Amino acid sequence: MKARVTIMPKAGVLDPQGKAIGHALGSLGFAGVGEVRAGKVIELELNEADPAKAQAVAEDMARRLLANTVIESFKVELT
Amino acid sequence: MKSAIIVFPGTNRERDMAIALERASGRKPAMVFHLQDTLPAGTDLVVLPGGFSHGDYLRCGAMAAQSPIMRAIREFAASGGLLLGVCNGFQILTEAGLLPGALLRNATLRFLSMDCHMRVERADTPFTRHWQKGAVFRAPMAHGDGNYFCDDETLARLNGEGLVAFRYATPEGAITAEANRNGARDNIAGILSPTLRICGLMPHPEDLVDPLMGGEDGLPLFTSLFDQFTAA
Repeated sequence: MKARVTIMPKAGVLDPQGKAIGHALGSLGFAGVGEVRAGKVIELELNEADPAKAQAVAEDMARRLLANTVIESFKVELT
Repeated sequence: MKSAIIVFPGTNRERDMAIALERASGRKPAMVFHLQDTLPAGTDLVVLPGGFSHGDYLRCGAMAAQSPIMRAIREFAASGGLLLGVCNGFQILTEAGLLPGALLRNATLRFLSMDCHMRVERADTPFTRHWQKGAVFRAPMAHGDGNYFCDDETLARLNGEGLVAFRYATPEGAITAEANRNGARDNIAGILSPTLRICGLMPHPEDLVDPLMGGEDGLPLFTSLFDQFTAA
């Protein structure tokens, strides 16, 4: 079973990378771009057939290592 | 003082730190590789130096915070040992949850390599006793992710309980936005644990401890740490 963990800066946490991407899009001539936020995606191959267990273990991994919950939120999707 | 410097793959400031510790204490620190799971017996001070541990993969300090030696460091800290983290070492301490908050990418997105000035916010700690409260000192900084962040509640606690050790300041000691080059909340350059036994800061006092380096502004941090062992 595969899990995809999406990690994003929390609302209210400065995201200078997203801001820089937004500026670059503006200078490329893309108009009408509002706030840009940049995060990361981590794909995990899990040796686990039970979706509930896979979800739980991926969330545990996200909380303990993949995301820093002081500054980031995460979402786990099984694929 | 028996001190130990922890070396992770990608650590690159351990020799500078060793020079500073030896200059202040007269004793060479032990170098401890991150795969070891114990500290040398009788260690009084553990230092996590600067660098780019594990290539800054995932987040600065995230991998190092899970290293085998960190379990021994947690126990050492819990039993009242002195723990100092500089630059990447500060990032590791926050990733390990030993200090609150996190270090974000610099607000300018630029790697900052220059001297900065810091104001000493309290002088009654093991790390700062050789300064006067309000003293300003110079130190080099060299980081891409030194923008201290914490939530409002943590910030209120740090300020309320006097756990901010150092703030970025002008050479005259004014806390201004211009002096805060990385965008840290409330100009925070370094913080303390509630026990005052753990300190993390982004700039590098260890790189200004000898006239040959251009000054000794950073030396009081290390002589402060040493002093309590000679006094005891």
